[in-house]
Amino acid sequence: MFWHLPSVPAKSPAAKGCFPEDNPLQKRMLAPQQVEKIGIGLLILISLITVLPIILIVVYIFIQGVPAFSWEFLSSMPSNGMKSGGLWPAIIGTFYLTLGTAIFSVPLGIAAAVYIAEYAPNNQWTRLIRIAIINLAGIPSVVYGLFGLGLFVVFLKFGTSILAASLTLSIMTLPVIISTTEEALRSVPTSFRVISVSLGATRWQTIWRIVLPQAVPGILTGVILGLERAAGETAPILFTGAAFFLPRLPQSPFDATMALPYHLFVISTQVPGMPIQIQYGTVLVLLLFVLGMNLAATTIRSRARANRQW
Amino acid sequence: MEEIRSRPVWKEILATRVIQICGYSSILFVLLILYFLLSEGLPAVWTTDITSLLGTRWYPTEGFFGIWPLIFGSVIVTLGAGLVSVPLGIGTAVYISEIAPRWAKEALKPLVEILAGLPSVVLGFLGILVLSPFMRRLLDMPTGLTALTGAILLGMISIPTIVSVGEDALNTVPKAYREASMALGATRWQTIWGITLPAAKSGVITAVLLGLGRAMGETMAVMMVTGNAPVLPHSLQAIFMPVRTMTATIASEMGEVAAGSVHYSVLFLIGIILFIISLVVNVLAFTLSSRKITRSERLLS
Repeated sequence: MFWHLPSVPAKSPAAKGCFPEDNPLQKRMLAPQQVEKIGIGLLILISLITVLPIILIVVYIFIQGVPAFSWEFLSSMPSNGMKSGGLWPAIIGTFYLTLGTAIFSVPLGIAAAVYIAEYAPNNQWTRLIRIAIINLAGIPSVVYGLFGLGLFVVFLKFGTSILAASLTLSIMTLPVIISTTEEALRSVPTSFRVISVSLGATRWQTIWRIVLPQAVPGILTGVILGLERAAGETAPILFTGAAFFLPRLPQSPFDATMALPYHLFVISTQVPGMPIQIQYGTVLVLLLFVLGMNLAATTIRSRARANRQW
Repeated sequence: MEEIRSRPVWKEILATRVIQICGYSSILFVLLILYFLLSEGLPAVWTTDITSLLGTRWYPTEGFFGIWPLIFGSVIVTLGAGLVSVPLGIGTAVYISEIAPRWAKEALKPLVEILAGLPSVVLGFLGILVLSPFMRRLLDMPTGLTALTGAILLGMISIPTIVSVGEDALNTVPKAYREASMALGATRWQTIWGITLPAAKSGVITAVLLGLGRAMGETMAVMMVTGNAPVLPHSLQAIFMPVRTMTATIASEMGEVAAGSVHYSVLFLIGIILFIISLVVNVLAFTLSSRKITRSERLLS
């Protein structure tokens, strides 16, 4: 195996170990302590190589994007073939899509997690549900796009619309919400349930009044991270609801919409001669959105940990 | 007594039913996805010539639907991504879980989470404007939009998955293993390589599988930086050439085809292939990781 270092004695027939020259201890080039120093240094180096680009990306986007950033850039419509003006319709579109995703996926995801964590018997069916969830989590986002096109746009005749795109994104987000909610529910001590039931509460009353309230911070963290992912996705909305350019804001759930990530894709690959400033400005808006959601999630998580009484 | 209890019982049954249905909804969704992929994609098998599908040329406008170049594109980019993300991801996971002091953990984990949250278009955008010109100059090539550039970006995208799943796997190794190893005089490094990593082996393999699965399914970043050339290459030089992955093909061509046409159903057929790959990867990862749980449970009891 590749993780066996020279310092680990090689397997040798027992008799050979009797002779000093065969003793692996004497063949060592380096003392274990030296190997450890090198190894740990290597791991620190690897970790730095992993995270330095992330820091560089964030700093670079800030430096490049700030000049384009203004209230006007956020709040005005794009003009002159998107080469000037702002991002307003894309921001609103992403807001609608995220809201639509939340409406469908949050209740369904939490209910599904409650079933798995609180009700599901330990049998083959539950195992099947788990496999299904893991599969949903692994399906490529563009395949969700195909599915949304087949079911929502064509079969159910929603057309390319906010509704179709939100439903597609919801199903994609579902596994994130289910698994984080399940974890939050499982971290509530069993004694809470036992005491509640012993006081005469039914199973549902126990879940609704005792377990769920205790799990709210964990659920909220998962929901935010799930929605963050959904809002940043492009591939699932490509054929289900995203519009290249719209001169006005969407009026109903059956309208197509512009969306920030798709807009970034469009202005960076499909429109020749796009001013670089606007592109970096758009990236900065997406980055601020991600950082904001992350900050919200981590704040809720760390605050809940500090306030936890169990 | 009956009267007092009747209302909660009625409510209880309703709530339980609704929750049960929601619980089973995931199975329904997987089946729905499978059904719609099959119903739109399977016609491709009999409406096109099977030799065309298995051919080596992808020119949809002229009726050549050879999917090999696309499969090859996905495979080479994913393997390249693995070369980047597996050492970096596992190394970082080991550092965070085994060595890092508290402050380093608190700094590393949020950074990796930021990377996980970055939309792939953002990385694709930086790939076009920063990484690919850099690679072009570095390697002195006619274009920077190559499989290699895509592989580096995909490597970054799959790192968060590998780090978080890998770290979880390492954390499930009982503390007593490490203590026993140290008590026998092993250094921390020997403990990591000789004890902790082998004990967490199935979890680490799961992390790698899920990371590679994520890389294979990635669409936008890879579409923006790999140069979009669906050609079947002849040598390993291909890593420095433009390629086109399965995901990028669907994303860039689906918008232009008529529903129900041959091209349309071939794109869905590619979707079926992607679905099957992710199914295999995830079921494999699931069985590996659930075996790990039962084993550590047995050891701890």
